[in-house]
Amino acid sequence: MAHAFDQNRKNPIKAFQNIDRSRFDERNEEKAVKSSNLGVNEAVVRMISSEKNEPQWMLEKRLEALKVFEKTKMPKFGPDISKLNLHEICYYRRADEVSNAKTWEEVPEDIKNTFEKLGIPEAERKVLAGVGAQYESENVYHKLRQEWVEQGVIFEDMDVAVQKYPELVKEYFMTKCVPIRDHKFAALHGAVWSGGTFLYIPKGVNVTMPLQAYFRMNASRGGQFEHTLIIAEEGSQAHYIEGCSAPQYGMSSLHAGCVEVFVKKGARFRYSSVENWSKNTYNLNTKRAIADEDAIMEWVGGNLGSGVTMLYPCTILKGNRSRADHLSIAFAGEGQFQDTGAKVIHIGKETKSKVLSKGISKDGGHANYRGLLRIFPQAEGSQASVNCDNLILDERSFSCADPIMEIHEDSAEVSHEAKIGSISEDELFYAMSRGLSEQEATAMIVQGFIEPIVKELPLEYAVELNRLIELEMENVS
Amino acid sequence: MKKTLLQIENLHVTVDDKEILKGISLQIEPGKIYALMGPNGSGKSTMSYTIAGHPKYHVTKGKILFEGKDITDAKPDERAQKGLFLSFQYPKSIPGVSVANFLRAAYKAVKKQDIRVLDFQKKLREKMELLHIPREFMERSVNEGFSGGEKKKMEMLQAMMLEPKVIIMDETDSGLDVDALRVVGESAKKLLTKDTAVVLITHYFRILEYLTPHVVYVLKDGNVVASGGAPLAEQIEANGFEGLGEEAPKLKNKTLPKKKSGNPFLVLD
Repeated sequence: MAHAFDQNRKNPIKAFQNIDRSRFDERNEEKAVKSSNLGVNEAVVRMISSEKNEPQWMLEKRLEALKVFEKTKMPKFGPDISKLNLHEICYYRRADEVSNAKTWEEVPEDIKNTFEKLGIPEAERKVLAGVGAQYESENVYHKLRQEWVEQGVIFEDMDVAVQKYPELVKEYFMTKCVPIRDHKFAALHGAVWSGGTFLYIPKGVNVTMPLQAYFRMNASRGGQFEHTLIIAEEGSQAHYIEGCSAPQYGMSSLHAGCVEVFVKKGARFRYSSVENWSKNTYNLNTKRAIADEDAIMEWVGGNLGSGVTMLYPCTILKGNRSRADHLSIAFAGEGQFQDTGAKVIHIGKETKSKVLSKGISKDGGHANYRGLLRIFPQAEGSQASVNCDNLILDERSFSCADPIMEIHEDSAEVSHEAKIGSISEDELFYAMSRGLSEQEATAMIVQGFIEPIVKELPLEYAVELNRLIELEMENVS
Repeated sequence: MKKTLLQIENLHVTVDDKEILKGISLQIEPGKIYALMGPNGSGKSTMSYTIAGHPKYHVTKGKILFEGKDITDAKPDERAQKGLFLSFQYPKSIPGVSVANFLRAAYKAVKKQDIRVLDFQKKLREKMELLHIPREFMERSVNEGFSGGEKKKMEMLQAMMLEPKVIIMDETDSGLDVDALRVVGESAKKLLTKDTAVVLITHYFRILEYLTPHVVYVLKDGNVVASGGAPLAEQIEANGFEGLGEEAPKLKNKTLPKKKSGNPFLVLD
């Protein structure tokens, strides 16, 4: 796995042909704000659809989603997102419009320093920071081994998939998994979505190398409304990795992406992601999987950045004997509010689920666990365990656990454990008595805390994640 | 003339607003073995934690000097880097951090130099063999799920890797089976050189089967009430702390441990 990743690092991503490169041009910030593209309305939605040359059915879906968005209220739970002004966001940049892109000089020092310390290659830094007009590179998304292409695996840009595989997209895109009515931000997403990944694994195919999108070259959109649609047919197996642990300095303050995964009978799918959006953003993603009979769905994720995150990957264990594993880490530093967790719905018999969530808060950050376990009647013989573990590193920081459990089946076995604590003085002293400074000792203890999850991440992510923790500890206030 | 390794001058220590040490003075010289004895509550562990720099232990008066430098206010890592090592009575576990990673980080911190992974692993394996620690322990989380004896051996492993100047062994002999006691004892002997010192805090005297102290200090109620050579230890074993204090240790009637060499007054070979 590791060496596949190495190859990708050496061959950086080439922009998609239809990606707007103009945003990298320098531009007066004020002018851009006055653009008519702010806010979401029918005109904007129609423009998005026509720019992409979409079939009628997709346009209609967008318009319907827009209607739902306008009617739906904001969520009543979780962190305060009242400062998010949905009308001042630019949801789409036209191909001929010049954006208010940054120069390298404008990128904040701490972001640059992190790149330096993580050893991110020069070219990648500029992309991550939303800079770099002359960036030419190969397209990793479409670098699929010939054998899998021959077996019918599809790994494509979502925009392209709408054109190339309309039957599949029409059947699965925001229909049974994350319908547009799901919540306000799902509706918004449905109206303005752009870009993302379409992954289709045919019956019985086992993709042994992880499929990766190390960093998203969604230049003009800033990756804000990406849609990832994954279909794993019966008996197939694959591992998809998305995201980037290095900080991404976004143009937009809102990321309302969506990930839909269909794991069919006997199939096995793992979705790994590490997200580290810049601290000026709201990360309101929706991730959901439906597991059929004997299917296995695994979510492995790390959430390090953004100002406010509301993220609750969900697995619906529809088929008998299906299984879900949710492993996640959330890190909340100064000014960050991570409201994350997991939702598991047991419908089928003898279904199993396991949730392990670890949160760390520091410098006044909030790392909250919010989860739902719902076991329907007749989900006989199902087993579920929820384990949320939060570490608060100083007196200024917060952590809260709100695990809801609705168990409607007597034969279900459920276990739950919630721990919130700080690093014990004795543990810290023990490590320091072996010569480690307070920073080093704290970093080591925190790395140990998240180890059960980090070891499930691909090697490069694990190494970067550990390095990030060390950097965070160096900024002990 | 070799520098005194550790000098404690009129040390007063308070924990949770209670004064435990009430003016302790003693000296630790290189090339010697020291035994620190005393009934429960006499302040032995307080001594070791204070010397190591635990934040809960407040020095209200007096000084601690390491090789002539005042470390009374130094942080625990600074003291370790100078060459101080405490083998804990109750070692802590660090979940998710492997023994190998922990030791390598400690090695780099204390020796102030990096070591090639292969060289480090070779050295680590050697010491683990000496201590009869199975190889797979390298990848296990530090002290997690370890038995009492395994934890004590882990402490000795750390000392052997870090090669400190002063090794304080706080009741390292408690909870050990016969084989563990032997390897711990042998390791402690190896740690003693003409430039280092070993300080044994012992309640059961078992470690004295392997190391004969040059100097014995007896603590009672936070004060040094007696000091002497090895015969003092023998006397205490036979008669308890009577004459020196009140209570005798539990093993008052225990016979003296058999010495491994003929001469009870010399450091064992």
